[in-house]
Amino acid sequence: MVDTAALAPAIRRANSKALEILLQGDPVLIDVVPAKDLIPELKEHTILHAGPPIEWDRMCGPMRGAVAGVAVFEGWARDLDEAGVQASKGCFDFHPNHHFSAVGPMTGLTTCSQPLLVVENRAAGNRAYCTVNEGLGKVMRFGGNDESVRDRLAWIRDSLGPALGSALQCCGGIPLRPLVARGLTMGDEMHQRNVACSSLLLRELAPALASAVADHSDLSEMLAFMGSNDQFFLNIAMAMGKSIMDPVRNIEQSTVVTAMTRNGTDFGIRISGLGDEWFTAPVEMPAGLYFPGFSAADANPDMGDSTIVETIGLGGFAMAAAPAVAGFVGAGSVAEAAGITARMREITLGEHPEWTIVSENYQGVPTGIDIRLVVETGIVPTINTGIAHREPGIGQVGAGVVKAPMACFEKALRALGERLGIS
Amino acid sequence: MSVTVNIVRAGVFLDSVVLMQISRELTAIQGVEDAALMMATPANWDILSDAGLLDEDTMAGPGDLLVAVRAQDQAIADSTLQRAAELMERPAQQNNTSQELRPLTLRSACRQLPDANLALISVPGDFAGAEARKALRAGLNVMIFSDNVSLAEEISLKREARDLGLIVMGPDCGTAIIDGVPLAFANVVPRGDIAIVGASGTGIQEVSCLIARAGEGISHAIGVGGRDLTEAVGAISTLTVLDWLERDVATHHIVLIAKPPAPSVVDQITDFIRSSSKSYTVCLVGSDDLALPDNAKLTTTLKDAAAAAVKNSKGLEALPVVQQAPAAGSYVRGLYSGGTLAAEAQVVFLSHRQPVLSNVPVPGAGLFTSERANHIMIDLGDDRFTRGRPHPMIDPAVRDEPICAALSDPDVGAVLLDVVIGFGAHPDPAGHLAGLLDRHGRSGSVVIASVTGTDEDPQVRAKQVSVLERAGVVVAPSNADAAELALAGLKIG
Repeated sequence: MVDTAALAPAIRRANSKALEILLQGDPVLIDVVPAKDLIPELKEHTILHAGPPIEWDRMCGPMRGAVAGVAVFEGWARDLDEAGVQASKGCFDFHPNHHFSAVGPMTGLTTCSQPLLVVENRAAGNRAYCTVNEGLGKVMRFGGNDESVRDRLAWIRDSLGPALGSALQCCGGIPLRPLVARGLTMGDEMHQRNVACSSLLLRELAPALASAVADHSDLSEMLAFMGSNDQFFLNIAMAMGKSIMDPVRNIEQSTVVTAMTRNGTDFGIRISGLGDEWFTAPVEMPAGLYFPGFSAADANPDMGDSTIVETIGLGGFAMAAAPAVAGFVGAGSVAEAAGITARMREITLGEHPEWTIVSENYQGVPTGIDIRLVVETGIVPTINTGIAHREPGIGQVGAGVVKAPMACFEKALRALGERLGIS
Repeated sequence: MSVTVNIVRAGVFLDSVVLMQISRELTAIQGVEDAALMMATPANWDILSDAGLLDEDTMAGPGDLLVAVRAQDQAIADSTLQRAAELMERPAQQNNTSQELRPLTLRSACRQLPDANLALISVPGDFAGAEARKALRAGLNVMIFSDNVSLAEEISLKREARDLGLIVMGPDCGTAIIDGVPLAFANVVPRGDIAIVGASGTGIQEVSCLIARAGEGISHAIGVGGRDLTEAVGAISTLTVLDWLERDVATHHIVLIAKPPAPSVVDQITDFIRSSSKSYTVCLVGSDDLALPDNAKLTTTLKDAAAAAVKNSKGLEALPVVQQAPAAGSYVRGLYSGGTLAAEAQVVFLSHRQPVLSNVPVPGAGLFTSERANHIMIDLGDDRFTRGRPHPMIDPAVRDEPICAALSDPDVGAVLLDVVIGFGAHPDPAGHLAGLLDRHGRSGSVVIASVTGTDEDPQVRAKQVSVLERAGVVVAPSNADAAELALAGLKIG
C-alpha cells in the first residue's frame, strides 16, 4: 500500500530540487573540438541522430538523405547510392545524440570528424555538445546531401571549427546566460529566431577570431558566414539547453521533463524521475509558412533535438519575447504571442530569474515542465520549428509551430505512477 | 505562357515572417502560380531561383526587398504586385486588447491573485471534488456550484476543510452573498444585519429578497449544500458558518433555512443556538417538529421566515385578489426551477390539508411517480433533470415542454410557477414565459407565478412582473402567496 498523502510533498521536494538545478545552470561556450575527441564511442560508421532511438527502416526521408550525405562526407561510401545500400544492410551503428551528452538540430546527425561546440555548465560541471550551424537553405540538417552541402561541412571541419575553437580558448569562453538574457530583450526566442544572439555572439567572438585566424581572406569568409546566418546561435542554444538539463536527470520522484526531442518519426520525452527511459508517440505535422515553390504537401513531420530549448523555457515558451514568430501560425500579434507564453506558464513549475520578457514587465520565461500539469490541463508544449522537405536531399521548405503529442506525457505519468506504486 | 515579374524595393526591410505571410496571401490569388517577397540575400536568391521566380535581368543586393510573382498573364501579375504593395503598407492591426489572459487553472489563478481566499468551482460534478481539494490545499475556502458530487466526496472535502479551518459551501450551492459580494445566483439586496444560512440556493434568494422588500438587509448569505444537515455529513459546514457568524459584528440575526435535519445533528444545532448571543429564525421547510431555545423562532415557510427575521413585516402582507378562477380541472401543477420553492408550495398545500405529490416530497407529501390526478409540485432543477443540461434558471426553455403539457391537461386547473431573477439567472425569464404562453394560446387553466428578485436586479423585478401580468399571469408577492392563491382559486372554482 502506497502512502499517497506522503507522495505529494515528496514529489514537490523532488521537483524543487530539479527546478533549482535547472535555474542555477551556468552555461559557457568554451571550445569547438572534433567529435571523436569528445565522444570516445563515436567510431567510424557510428552515426548519432536526433530524437529517440530509431533504425534505418523507420527513418523519415530527410534523415535518410542526411545519413547518405554524411556517409559520403566521412568517406564511408563513394556516393549517395552506395551509402543508401550500406545503410539498408545495417553497416551503420545508429544512436541518439542524447545518449552521448549531445544534441543536433533537425536530422541532427553527428559523426566522428565533425567539430562540435562545447558548452560547459559551470554550476554542475558537466558539458554538452552540438554541431556547428551550417546556415540556411539546402543543408544536411534538413536532409540536404549534395556536393555543396558536403563541401560546406568540410569547410566547417577544416577551417571554421578549428578557428572557433582557438578563438574560444583564447577569450576564455563566452558566458551564455547573460547573452541569452539580452537576446530575449531584443526579440529572440532562441529557436526560430536567433538573430540578436547570433549578432551578440559574433560581436564578442570577432576580436578573438581575428587573433586566431592569420589569413585575412579566411577570416573574412568566416565572419561573412556567421554574419549572414541568423540561426548561427541555434546550435549553441541547443548545447546550452542540453548542458542545463542533463544535471536535472535522475532525481527520484521528480515529474520534471528533462528532454523533448523528435527523429521525424517519433517524438520522445524523458522525465527526471525515470532517468534515461524514453516515452514516445508519433510526431505531429507542424503548421506554418512555406518558402516559394513549396507547400504543406512537401513537409516532413516534426524533427530534431532542438526542442531542448523549449525544455529549458525558450522557443515556444518564450514566444512573448518574439511576437513575430507567432506569425507563423496566426497574425503575429503581441497578444497572441503573450497568450502562448501564458499557456506554457500553466504547465511549468517556475520562471527563470534572468531570462525575462520585457513586454511582460520582466517576468521570467516559464521553465521546468511538469508532466502532471501537462496531463491535468491538457495543454501540451508549443514548439517553434523549421520544416524539412519530406524527400531526402532537398532541405528546408518552411518554418512553423508544432505541438508535442500528449501521449508521451501520459505514458510517462503512467510509468512514474507504476514506479511509485500507484496503479 | 506564364510571366515572371520582379520588383526591387531598394533599402526596404521587412521581417521575414511578415514577408512570408504576405507571400502566402499573394499565392492564394486566382491565376498566380507562385509569389514571394524576400530580402535578396544570396541564400534567398537561390530559393527564388529554384522556385522559378527570378527574372534574369533583376539586380538586387542583400539590403533590398525583392517582390517576385509568376502568374498566368501580365494583368494578373500586375494586379498581384499592386496587392503586394498594399499589404506591405497596411497598418498593423490593433487586436491587442481583445485577448484577455485569463488563468486556465487554479494554480495560475492563485499566482495572479495571491490574496484570494475563496474559489468558486463550477465544473462537471465528476471533477468538482478534485478541484475543490486543490483549492482547499491552496488555503482557499470553497464554494462548489457543481451538482452531481458524491456524498462520500462531500464528506471527505468537508472534513478536510474543517481540519484546515476552511469551509466548503455546497456542493450544489447556487447562492452566496459574502460581505456584500454576490456569487453565482444571487440578488441585489441591501446590506443589513441579517445573515442567512441555507441548504439551498432559491430558499436563500427568496428570503433575502423578501427581507429586502420589507426594507431591511443582509450581512451574509451562505449556502452549505442540501446534504449538510444529514447524519452522514453531520452539519460540518453549517456549524462552521454559525461559528463564524457568532463572531461577526455585522450580524445580529441569523436565518437558518433547512430541510428537517437528521436527529443526530438537531442537538448540535440547538446546542449551538442555545449558547449563542444572537437571535435566530429556523425555517424548516416541511416540519414544525423541532424544539428550539428561546432565542430562536421556528417557521415552516420562507415567507414566514423573512417575516420573523425583520423588525417590521408589514410590507410582506398584501395579497392580490384572484382575478380568474380555474375553469376546468381541479388540480394544481407546480413546475419549479427552485427546489426549496417547490418544497414551500407543498408545505402551503399540506397546511390546508390538500394532499400533494412531488419528485422532492416534504414530510407528509407523496412521491410523484406517474399518477397525474393530484396536486403535483415538480422541482425541475433536481439533479435528475440537470445532468448534462442547463439549469432552468439559466435556460427557462427547459421548462417549456412541461408547462405546455400542464396547460393542455384537462385535470389541471392552475399552473404554479416560480420566476427567479438576479445575477446568474436568464436575462429575461418573464419575457420567455410570456412568449411561450402567447404561442400556446389561452386555455382553461390559470397561470400563477411569483418573481424572486428585487427592483435592483439586472432584470428589474417590477418589469418582470408587468411582463407576466400583460401575458395574463397572476403574479403573487411571494412564492408562498402564489401557492395560497392557487388554492383560493380552486375553492372559488
